[in-house]
Amino acid sequence: MTPLRAALAALLLAAPAAIAAPAPKDWPAILEAARGQTVWFNAWGGSTRINDYIAWAAAEAEARFGFEVEQVKLGDTSEAVSRVVTEITAGLTEGGAVDLIWINGENFAAMKSRGLLYGPWAGGIPNAALLDPDANPALSLDFAVETEGYESPWGLAQFVFYRNAARLPEPPMSIPALLDWAKAHPGRFAFPAPPDFLGVTFLKQALIELTPDRARLIEPPGADAETILAPLWAYMRELTPHLWRGGRAYPASGPRLFPLMADDEIDLAVNFGAGEISAAVANYDLPETARAYVLTGGTIANAHFLAIPANAKAKEAAMVFADFLLSPEAQARKADPEVWGDATALSMEKLPPEEATRFAALDPGPAAREAKGPALPEPHADWAPLIEAGWKTRFAVAE
Amino acid sequence: MKGAGLLGLAPALTALLLAGPALAGLAGVLLPAFGWAPPLGARAFGFGEFRALFAEPGIFRAAALALGAGLAATLASLLIVALVLAGWEGTRAFRALERALAPLLALPHAAAAFGLAFLIAPSGWIARALSPWATGWERPPDLLIVGDGYGLSLIVGLILKEAPFLFLMALAALPAAAPLRARLLSSTMGHGRVSGFLKAVWPQIYPQLRLPVFAVLAYSVSSVDVALILGPSAPPPLSVLILRWAADPDLALRLRAAAGASLLLALTLGAFLLWRCGEALAARLRDRAVWAGGRGRAEGPLRAFGLSAALLTAGAAAGGIAVLALWSFAGRWTFPGALPEALSLRTWARALPAAAGPAAETAALALAATAIALALVLLCLEAEVRSGRRPRRALILLYLPLLIPPVAFLPGLATLALFAGIGSGSGAALLGHLVFVTPYVFLSLAGPWRAMDPRLAVVAGSLGAGSWRAFLTIRAPMALAPILTAAAVGCAVSVGQYLPTLLLGAGRTPTLTTEAVALAAGGDRRAIAAFALMQTAAAFLPFAVALALPRLAWRNRRGMRA
Repeated sequence: MTPLRAALAALLLAAPAAIAAPAPKDWPAILEAARGQTVWFNAWGGSTRINDYIAWAAAEAEARFGFEVEQVKLGDTSEAVSRVVTEITAGLTEGGAVDLIWINGENFAAMKSRGLLYGPWAGGIPNAALLDPDANPALSLDFAVETEGYESPWGLAQFVFYRNAARLPEPPMSIPALLDWAKAHPGRFAFPAPPDFLGVTFLKQALIELTPDRARLIEPPGADAETILAPLWAYMRELTPHLWRGGRAYPASGPRLFPLMADDEIDLAVNFGAGEISAAVANYDLPETARAYVLTGGTIANAHFLAIPANAKAKEAAMVFADFLLSPEAQARKADPEVWGDATALSMEKLPPEEATRFAALDPGPAAREAKGPALPEPHADWAPLIEAGWKTRFAVAE
Repeated sequence: MKGAGLLGLAPALTALLLAGPALAGLAGVLLPAFGWAPPLGARAFGFGEFRALFAEPGIFRAAALALGAGLAATLASLLIVALVLAGWEGTRAFRALERALAPLLALPHAAAAFGLAFLIAPSGWIARALSPWATGWERPPDLLIVGDGYGLSLIVGLILKEAPFLFLMALAALPAAAPLRARLLSSTMGHGRVSGFLKAVWPQIYPQLRLPVFAVLAYSVSSVDVALILGPSAPPPLSVLILRWAADPDLALRLRAAAGASLLLALTLGAFLLWRCGEALAARLRDRAVWAGGRGRAEGPLRAFGLSAALLTAGAAAGGIAVLALWSFAGRWTFPGALPEALSLRTWARALPAAAGPAAETAALALAATAIALALVLLCLEAEVRSGRRPRRALILLYLPLLIPPVAFLPGLATLALFAGIGSGSGAALLGHLVFVTPYVFLSLAGPWRAMDPRLAVVAGSLGAGSWRAFLTIRAPMALAPILTAAAVGCAVSVGQYLPTLLLGAGRTPTLTTEAVALAAGGDRRAIAAFALMQTAAAFLPFAVALALPRLAWRNRRGMRA
């Protein structure tokens, strides 16, 4: 028995709820069963570059493994969650329309806690051996919720700020400094309105810097939640009038910030992942002087994942596809800023040296090169609803 | 009379097909709104969800926005149509507007909204064209134009689409009111054009327009795609809030979405009621004006206002399409350049291959839905002609899907389709399209069909032709042009469908519209523009065919050429 198999057996024993069906013990059998299936891959579809990358991976999978992959381009990941719920509501416990979801955070927590996910499977796919969750806890803790093999890592992203360096040579390097800068330059900073995940992440980042006890945020909120959130709301009350449009309107999503900077409406914005900033510059979506950076004290970093719904029809092909997406080849292509610019989830120490060179050769591009700094863990997933609700009552209705 | 028996069933069958899903879907929303949703663990009837709904921050403003924008957009659209008809009917300008109608009708709502946003934003084309030489702006001003708090840009976006639709409906009703005779008569009595039309012709047309007006009202109160692009965001209109709750990972919020959808339904009914009150008021004012004996005041300004409003509407739509085209070919394009710094084919090189599959799916859905809808509508109309009865009640049922806000019944319908074993995918999506395509096909075809001289069939009968033969060889060919126009309207409606495609198709039927809306979540203006243009082309193509085919078919029949 290989160590991997042993670990997997232990995992299966530890998870009594595991469904007997195709647990990835016998990989050749899974490869065989996957043949001829169709994977309906539900993934956010707002970026042509990401869509192109998925189309490439789909074509490769069809050629190598003999199954089809169709991307269902979502406006928001919660649409897929919603679809699975609708199906389970209607009693469709198998043969569902969603086979694989690009997911993390709140959506994962909601699906996992309601038993809407198939698994555990993610620890058993071959390329999972190239991950090192001990070195990077974000791979097994999705917004502080244990993944327990119900989702497989796909990539890593760090929350970054980006600026138009031509307009803003010396950017604010901390949350308090941001407020001072915004007061001096009203209307030049924007973030998307919560519940958009990027908007919520900005609020979480602010909370982490403003709170006296960061470790408390890793735990679920309790009776002390209002006290802990109070400094955040005080800060936001000061910042909001100095936002783009004075906080009377908000961009709908992170990528909607790109045209604002391209049109010179703002000088400073936020994003997940510096690689996307490079990619957006190459696509003319951002000016050539756009530069991503990380705050001095670090910024939130997390992983994004792939999960299989409990009622998925093509579970085997979904697993094989998730495994392919985790392969060094697919991960290196994804990390290329010319393609997508999303950081790999793989551990360089665990890769064979010739595979590791693929990644070392990648140049993040001038827009992403300075974006280096400490990675801070996400607060527990249960904080997000409180932050969303708190922001909604205070700021969602413009004066 | 076996055929007549089958035919007699057609109206009932059509009404069932359309009203059934709407009513069933409605039940699927009202039950959870009152706390009954066993799969979500809610089994207690009560008003708890409504209490939670009314405690939502900004809910009253969101509701007021939906109602206000809906009423304002409908009233403005109707006003423009009335003034253009009154002031310009029979003129060359009027015929030019008639010709501009088809492309305006074909323009999908989302594409029109994007075009307008790219035009009027502080960094939009108009600001670029005037900067910095006229405005002094080196950078776009921090002005809230797109997404303003009163929903003004949302209202303009809705007018862009709704005024042309009402214009088409008014044109269909116009001949029966004999406008030329009325104009001659009223002018001999000393009335001006506008005064004579509003007093003598409009009261005859308006009853025919009432249902389309209500459909416009319902659409405008509950529009999702236009509101997402042009509407305010702090808070957004109610329809957007409902969509947000329905898609929240916190599944308990689905009950709030259901309560919100019920509120939206109540608002729509409230808007109908307000509109009826407005009608009564307007009728009284008109009567008073008639008895006062005035012959028309401010004729000139009213005519000028009507024409300029219509031209502005058409111009904004055309400008929107132009700026979309420019973006789709743009390389880098910074403010305040009036034109892109470089042109590039890159966007199209990427978008065209990606659009092939969705384009095929769009065409398949549109053609199938339109063919079925056309068959049903023709059977209904033929049944009506032969029986000589006009089933008014059944007609209301036909319009039901247009009068109930789609967000209020589509989620419930999607669940029911799964329960019924229809599943999700092309079949279910087709059903969803049919529910919306059929009423519009009926709306466009009923007028011309009913206006056909019934004596033709009598003559055919006296020559020995059976009723089916008369239908196939006389009535249907004579109505070729209106049938094709109705088919084009049906295709355009199908091409523009977003929610039914998404919810019933479970995302497995990607169309140009669903792809365009998915891209709208991103920041790639060039890709958004390319997909919006392809969507427009897909909706416009059937109109072009509808115009060209009769000319080809009747090239040797002078009397049949319009």
